[in-house]
Amino acid sequence: MPVEENQDRIQLNRGLAQMLKGGVIMDVTNPEQAKIAEAAGACAVMALERIPADIRAAGGVSRMSDPAMIKGIQKAVSIPVMAKCRIGHIAEAQILQAIEIDYIDESEVLSPADDVYHIDKTQFKVPFVCGARDLGEALRRIAEGAAMIRTKGEPGTGDVVQAVRHMRKINKQIHDLTSLRDDELFEAAKELQVPYDLVKSVHDNGKLPVVNFAAGGVATPADAALMMQLGAEGVFVGSGIFKSGDPAKRADAIVKAVTNYNDPDVLAKLSENLGEAMVGINADEIQTIMEERGK
Amino acid sequence: MKVGVLALQGAFIEHEKMLKSLGAETVEIRQLPDIDGIDALVLPGGESTTVGKLLKDLKLLEPLKQKIEDGLPVFGTCAGEILLAEKIDGKASDHLATMPIDVKRNAYGRQLGSFNTTAEFNGIGKVPMCFIRAPYITLVGDGVEVLAEVDGKIVAARYKNQLAISFHPEISGDSSIHRFFLEHV
Repeated sequence: MPVEENQDRIQLNRGLAQMLKGGVIMDVTNPEQAKIAEAAGACAVMALERIPADIRAAGGVSRMSDPAMIKGIQKAVSIPVMAKCRIGHIAEAQILQAIEIDYIDESEVLSPADDVYHIDKTQFKVPFVCGARDLGEALRRIAEGAAMIRTKGEPGTGDVVQAVRHMRKINKQIHDLTSLRDDELFEAAKELQVPYDLVKSVHDNGKLPVVNFAAGGVATPADAALMMQLGAEGVFVGSGIFKSGDPAKRADAIVKAVTNYNDPDVLAKLSENLGEAMVGINADEIQTIMEERGK
Repeated sequence: MKVGVLALQGAFIEHEKMLKSLGAETVEIRQLPDIDGIDALVLPGGESTTVGKLLKDLKLLEPLKQKIEDGLPVFGTCAGEILLAEKIDGKASDHLATMPIDVKRNAYGRQLGSFNTTAEFNGIGKVPMCFIRAPYITLVGDGVEVLAEVDGKIVAARYKNQLAISFHPEISGDSSIHRFFLEHV
């Protein structure tokens, strides 16, 4: 892409993530679930064949979803539709771009296709969101062209502890960077293993140059509000909604909890009578650690 | 001047920054008590289905609609334009529906159809325009003044106290339309 066109795409793609802020992006596996999510106020949906809890239960290699299934969801709703490709799987990303997906999640939830390289996302017109556990990971993904970042969490567990850890860590590292002298930023770039200009941008602006959402283990309105209070700009909910007893009601409550995350009276009402939450597994009791995928 | 910025979902912080840089005081509107004493209202970009639903569920829809009909100056961008339109894709809207325009949602297609351009804005001159999964206006009623067109499609219009645009000056970083709103609407 010519430089000017590339600059345009960066602005437009980061801009779409800005439009999603303060919203909830929900995992859905079919058009019916997508419609429930849209009616509940989701600002986007993530189309995938199996939600993370089921991927975890099924084991084996997990891949990009069938494009026909994704297209069915694109037809069913008017909000943006995202889909996941495997880390480093250039061809899966090309396929998702070909069906005009609104955002690609290069995701550790699927089995990595490349254990060294992530996709060079600057070569795509379609925007990418990537997971990160710390500031170094976040800025490496942004250098590769990610237009949005999310915490990795530990997907499919219903345990929010990893998302909390990653969000706190990223924000603490940002805070630490802003307190450095200008001449200390070169060393900081070396330590973080990221380009100097991104370090300088975070230092000067006190935030990532792209939107940062929470993801992984969010199962209740309180979880969503917690992540927002810790500085998330919005929330991904994977298994938490459609693995629960009353998905429509829970989805609606999580959307409202993200809007009024600072009002405990509202949150108390929203948390009432939601039925069974997803059962969940404690993140330290699992075999497959997805957050370790891709660094 | 105290400008209420609807903060249910979307890019409201960008609007607040821009309004503050022009010397306006801003207040985030998340619940009914927040709308007391506002002199103007900004409806930011976001997902119109999400914001529309929250407006209803949080019981903000009718009070805001009343204030706009009583003359409260309002500025809607992208999703905000959709919330103001009387009709969406030819059908009566159940959002605010205070402005006699018909809008087409996702008029340029999905994200790959999003684009930047520069075009003439009546009363301002050339302005940068950032369209993200944007709507455009297909029909305007009596009394609506068309302020900008791109490729023959209406992307900005004004009706009495209401200003609606399809694009995102808060993303482009161009404050001329916000200034226009604060001065003229």
